[in-house]
Amino acid sequence: MSFRRLFSFTVLTFALFSASIPAIAQHEENAANHEAEAHGEKGGEKKLNVSEEIFGHIGDSHYWHFFDINDEPVSIPLPVIIYDKANGGLKMFSASKFHHGHEEYEGYKLQFGMKEKIVWANEAEAAQHDIYDISITKNVLSMMISVILLLWIMLGVAKKYKKNGTMVAPSGFQNALEPVLTFIRDEVAKPNLGHRYMYFMPLLLTVFFFIWINNLLGLLPGGANFTGNITVTLCLAIIAFIVMMAKSNKHYWGHLLNPPGVPFGIKLLLVPIEIMSMFIKPIALTIRLFANIMAGHIVILSVILLIFIFGALSKAVGVVFVPVSLAFSIFMFMLELLVAAIQAFIFANLTAVFIGQAIEEPHHDHAHGEHDQLEHL
Amino acid sequence: MDLLTPGFGLFFWTLLAFLTVFFILKKFAWKPILSALEERETGIADSIAAAEKVKKEMSQMQAENEKIMQEARAERAAMLKEAKDTRDSLINKAKEETKVVADKMIAEARQQIEQQKMAALTEVKNQIGGLALEVAEKVLRKHLDTAESQNTFAKMMAEEIKMN
Repeated sequence: MSFRRLFSFTVLTFALFSASIPAIAQHEENAANHEAEAHGEKGGEKKLNVSEEIFGHIGDSHYWHFFDINDEPVSIPLPVIIYDKANGGLKMFSASKFHHGHEEYEGYKLQFGMKEKIVWANEAEAAQHDIYDISITKNVLSMMISVILLLWIMLGVAKKYKKNGTMVAPSGFQNALEPVLTFIRDEVAKPNLGHRYMYFMPLLLTVFFFIWINNLLGLLPGGANFTGNITVTLCLAIIAFIVMMAKSNKHYWGHLLNPPGVPFGIKLLLVPIEIMSMFIKPIALTIRLFANIMAGHIVILSVILLIFIFGALSKAVGVVFVPVSLAFSIFMFMLELLVAAIQAFIFANLTAVFIGQAIEEPHHDHAHGEHDQLEHL
Repeated sequence: MDLLTPGFGLFFWTLLAFLTVFFILKKFAWKPILSALEERETGIADSIAAAEKVKKEMSQMQAENEKIMQEARAERAAMLKEAKDTRDSLINKAKEETKVVADKMIAEARQQIEQQKMAALTEVKNQIGGLALEVAEKVLRKHLDTAESQNTFAKMMAEEIKMN
């Protein structure tokens, strides 16, 4: 893959969204300001807890929280679904029953911290209760919205292709999507997967658009940090790993377990490393996406929170710092828009590279170089 | 470290949603879109190839046309020349024939003129002869009024006959 193509792709993405950035960014600021203001009022009585604020935003929750008014959180309670064998199996109820963690419900309570959890209220009995929490949390709901959006967009585009036939120039969203589709096909699938690229195209496209749309939704004000959650990236990486394992051929395992032309002593060293690298691949996928997206969210939140950190020192300093902070966060927001597309692309591309290594036929040997190049990203 | 521990619920929903999206999009979006894209690309490639072919054929045809035109021109020139030759030969032939006919006519005319001249001359001779006879008769009649003169004349005539 040439650097220039990658560059033009990022520029395209940037251009595509730059038109709508100011409005969205402004919104983000407004929402963040509102939120922070609410906290700031509290700040008079209670000190601003920066890490709690940040982790509250990037973590998952059983509420979709927007802002607080007079210490009262304005939020949508989401459905709680838990499976607890010790307490009669499956249970479904609204998260509003917990009253933001102030009350217990049917023996359960909400536990806050870095991560919001539903636990058995009586700590002595907690060990007996294996609680499987499959609630529709903020992340799950956000993902469902993105899934609906994705299906709506893609099925609409597909319908257009079916309706217009092949020899009509693409229009509207179809037009915006087509370069991305052909980019994935020509720059991701074809160079890595060779002649079998068509078989893996649906997977690569789904991975790419699923991550991209979730990245973008996560950037909306009040959006969930879905792709910045390690569970999500792990799930996607495991899917990629399973596909890689399922489609791997004899040649791949032969090279892995018995590298040809290598002395026996070095084989003893090389084979364990190769086996480790096999498992490190999905882990790398997991960590890369998770860390990139989460870091982006943390940086934007931190920059906004700087206003209130300075404001806590002195109101004047806080006011002076507002434009600086806004400029920073708008810059970060634009960067995150790029990162959203780039990380989706990298995830799809590395998936293609890993699958490409597993299905590689004995005669050609070009995937390694590209793999190494991309590992640095 | 809570941040780095995967949650069961989210994993479950993500897997479910991703697989659902994957299978729906695979069947109803990616397959038709990709096949349409490929179809269009091959269509465009075919069209370009066809256009190239047509262009080649066109140039070939043009060359052929040029050749045919040239041939036609040569043929026309040849035909014109032939026509001119034919015309010339026709004219010449006609001229010759005319001349022959004219000559013949002239000859005939001359012959006729000669004949008529001869006839006229004969007639004139006859008439002159008649007139001369008449004159001679009259002269003789006057000469031979007397018997003497008749005797002399008869003698002369007899002499003439004797001389013969």
